Amino acid sequence: MACILFGIGLLGLFIRRNAIMMLMCIELMLNAVNLIFVSSSALHGHLSSQIMVFFIMLVAAAEVAVGLALFAALFRSRNHIDVSDLEDLKW
Amino acid sequence: MSSLIAFWTLSFIAVAAALSMILNRNPIHSLLSLIVCFFSVAGHYLLLKASFLAIVNIIVYAGAIMVLFLFVIMMMNLNELNEKKPVKLFWGSAIVVTLVFISLLARIVWMTQTQLTHKVYGSAKALGQLLFKYYVVPFELSGVLFLAAIAGVILLNKKDDHVS
Repeated sequence: MACILFGIGLLGLFIRRNAIMMLMCIELMLNAVNLIFVSSSALHGHLSSQIMVFFIMLVAAAEVAVGLALFAALFRSRNHIDVSDLEDLKW
Repeated sequence: MSSLIAFWTLSFIAVAAALSMILNRNPIHSLLSLIVCFFSVAGHYLLLKASFLAIVNIIVYAGAIMVLFLFVIMMMNLNELNEKKPVKLFWGSAIVVTLVFISLLARIVWMTQTQLTHKVYGSAKALGQLLFKYYVVPFELSGVLFLAAIAGVILLNKKDDHVS
């Protein structure tokens, strides 16, 4: 089940070209990993993996804030956030 | 038996919402289906007796993060018209890579599958005791991480006159 969610997130990451949609797909993949962690906590009878999920949520929140700020800055400078047209960001 | 029914119902809802999220061309519609997906994942946490994580999932993801997304989408005025169609070449390769990845992951999960013990209850009290007994340093570090994230966001979106 969590594998399927992760796979859908990955597929979405490949086929969408809107940067915000890609960020949402990353959120979906993180949630799938969280689900695997919680079920492993139930499997092994230990709470540490739930702590891990807690930290994953914290890092995901920070990541989303920074990512959205980056995209907002990008949008202000070029009026679109289509990732395939951002080739001048390549090194 | 009833938990089995609940499991399959929640799984179906989650997968359907995730699919409709990546296939919808309107960002706001796909955001709403992502919220549905997060709620059903929180239901899975409840089934696995992780009540604290279920509440936190709803508050943090379906509340805070999704409002942030909605705000940015509305600020940029995105709709289905200004997103181009995905490249045809991408579809085949993306589906192949995803299927390979899913089968590998499913193999790993299948190998470790045994009966669930269900001895733990992820209540807020138990999690808090564990967090502040053994995981104090990572907790404080995540506070520092948040401070850095806030500073970075402010720095990124500050109006700087001399650059532009």
